Amino acid sequence: MSDTVATADPGYAAARERPPAGLVGPWAWARANLFSSWWSTAITLLLVYVILRALFGFVEWAFVNAIWTVPYNAQGRPDTAVCQNAKGIGACWAIITDKYRLILFGRYPYEEQWRPAICVVLFIGLYVVSAMRRFWRKELALIWVGTLAVIGVLMWGGVFGLQEVPEDYWGGLPITLILATFGLAFAFPLAVLVALGRRSRLPAIKLLCVLYVELIRGVPLISVLFMASVMFPLFMPAGVNVDKLLRAQIAFILFAGAYLAEVVRGGLQALPKGQGEAADALGLPYWKKTGLIILPQALRLVIPPLVNTFIGFFKDTSLVLIIGLFDLLTMGKVALSDPPWQSFSTEVYVVLAIIYICFCFAMSKYSRGLERELNRARRR
Amino acid sequence: MSDVTADPRFAAGRAAPRRRLRLSWSDPTFRAIVWQVLIVGLVGLVLWYLVRNTNQNLAARHIATGFGFLDRVAGIPIGETLVPYNPAVNTYGRALIVGVLNTLKVAVVGIVLATLLGTVIGIGRLSSNWLLSKLTAFYVETLRDIPLLLQLLFWYTVLQGLPAPRQAIRLGEVFLSNRGIKVPLLEIQSAHEWAFLAFVIGLVATVLWNRRAARQQAATGVRPRVWPVAIGLLIGLPLVVWAVLGAPLTFEVPVLRGFNFQGGGTLSPEYFALLLGLVTYTAAYIAEIVRSGIQAVPQGQWEAAGALGLRSGMVLRKVILPQALRVIVPPMTSQYLNLTKNSSLAVAIGYQDIVSIANTTLNQTGQAIEGIAVIMAVYLTISLSISLFMNWYNAHIALVER
Repeated sequence: MSDTVATADPGYAAARERPPAGLVGPWAWARANLFSSWWSTAITLLLVYVILRALFGFVEWAFVNAIWTVPYNAQGRPDTAVCQNAKGIGACWAIITDKYRLILFGRYPYEEQWRPAICVVLFIGLYVVSAMRRFWRKELALIWVGTLAVIGVLMWGGVFGLQEVPEDYWGGLPITLILATFGLAFAFPLAVLVALGRRSRLPAIKLLCVLYVELIRGVPLISVLFMASVMFPLFMPAGVNVDKLLRAQIAFILFAGAYLAEVVRGGLQALPKGQGEAADALGLPYWKKTGLIILPQALRLVIPPLVNTFIGFFKDTSLVLIIGLFDLLTMGKVALSDPPWQSFSTEVYVVLAIIYICFCFAMSKYSRGLERELNRARRR
Repeated sequence: MSDVTADPRFAAGRAAPRRRLRLSWSDPTFRAIVWQVLIVGLVGLVLWYLVRNTNQNLAARHIATGFGFLDRVAGIPIGETLVPYNPAVNTYGRALIVGVLNTLKVAVVGIVLATLLGTVIGIGRLSSNWLLSKLTAFYVETLRDIPLLLQLLFWYTVLQGLPAPRQAIRLGEVFLSNRGIKVPLLEIQSAHEWAFLAFVIGLVATVLWNRRAARQQAATGVRPRVWPVAIGLLIGLPLVVWAVLGAPLTFEVPVLRGFNFQGGGTLSPEYFALLLGLVTYTAAYIAEIVRSGIQAVPQGQWEAAGALGLRSGMVLRKVILPQALRVIVPPMTSQYLNLTKNSSLAVAIGYQDIVSIANTTLNQTGQAIEGIAVIMAVYLTISLSISLFMNWYNAHIALVER
């Protein structure tokens, strides 16, 4: 109705076809978003100046004046005099080209390093498959078990003609991924049980769960890791020796379990009470009610915060540096302890930061996309 | 009310038939008791097993348990202390107290600075200026995706890369060098102490005046002005006291002597790197909390407040912030707790907080269990205090529903 009236007026129709030049196009956009007032203009000009200076400075340091390779002397030692001269004006990426295998794979036997490399690819593949909603089925658990088993075989070796490599020689990116993945794979079921326990009507179980969650959340991760490295050997019967990596892994599982339990509890609380009551009315016993009605809905609600917690724990694996486990960050420090390279820490830290950013940014991007998708589904 | 109970049918309905506990799996009460006994028994068994092993191991290694070691002379050199400490004389107990104070020093300053920086960045993200909002978004995204430990190591190397004291970078009377940051220090005289006392009195008087104003507003509907009185009491009174006592103002300026600076106050590179890392990292999280808190207030609130004729400052203070704070405070509490717990990463860059000193203690004495227990007790106490305070504050600003 209004359309016909509007188009009947020739002037109006013309105006609708071509908006005034001042309202569209890059200039109008810039005026609205960059120069809308004196104050905004001042901020824009200042920021443009700062950003350009920082950008040119960085490009000059990282690319123009950078040194990519250094000569090696007769003993195969790098001669870093060129880098020392360029210090402060150009990056010395030669440390990365010299040490990247050490940083990525640690002290794993050099000829066998294709094995941890495949493991890293498998881990990433596992994450990608788990992220796709098409694979959100029961078979996903089988995929996880299978992949983790293959990774175990590849890392340890000793079968199928693979050379055996004990955990003491593992290091770098695989350690970071193992700590994060195995930690979360075991912490998640624990967290679901604890969250259910905390909402339980049985007072003794509820008390146990509350104590566990609040105790762990009240102390820093470092103290739990210290506990694993110095107190855990005291807990074991004489003669039993648990590997350092496994001890750190257990500490991680216990720590992550408490935090994930709170996230899961949020989902349980957000679920309308009627769902549980309806299940009760149908006569479902507790575990069927929980497994078929409550958990599928509650977990779906908390997927985005769960991914955020995962990101946090992925970053927190770097804390094993303090108890002397050779993860990615520790290997970076080990590479820096080599005398010729000692003063080039910035370069190593930048590369490590980029690796961490790649993983975390992919996860947070995914989490945000998922949140939008789930919200859309819920609104419909 | 009495009618209801008088009705005989209701009385009969109310007295639920007392069911006796049946020793059968189909009785929920019985099942609940069995489950609880089972699980508590299992946990108890595991704990008993661990304690037994520990006792056996301790006996085998001839380690005495107990906190007796706290009275022994520590011999741990500590670089920066808030209370007098001498490693040759003072005990482990004293060393641990120094560590707790160092942790509190970085946590309290860090929380204040991170809140300020985070709020500024969070508001920047909401700016109508495209460049500013994109730049702050970039800051938040990048800082959140790099492990804090890596950031701390980075800042520490940056600060260690500063020139030696002889070539220190000079900004006015502030000197930046690899020995830390040297700042001029006010020489405290009695006039300053009196002025501080006047400030405390002014603070109490301001609070009382504010209460009186609130009462008057409740009675008459007109609120007397508070801010001129507050400025007079908080700034004017101490200034007057200070001026009457001769207005002394002398600074102790750091001076280069030999290879290092003498006099003035010092921020050690370790402390400064830790503070810088914690503040920039936590600020990224706080910025997101502040942004989502402000966005959670519906647009209509701005418009309605504007329609009532409130000025924009008043709108923010009286309408938007009280509502946004309700969304902001609970997640902010957990960020404060995170910052405090993350300050334990100090051990990686050599700042002597409680974790670092307790770790040295347990390495020197072999008292592993007691050392870890001290760390956990300290953090639990700090965490609980922060939660209690923030819960009180949250209840204070919460919506009062009738």
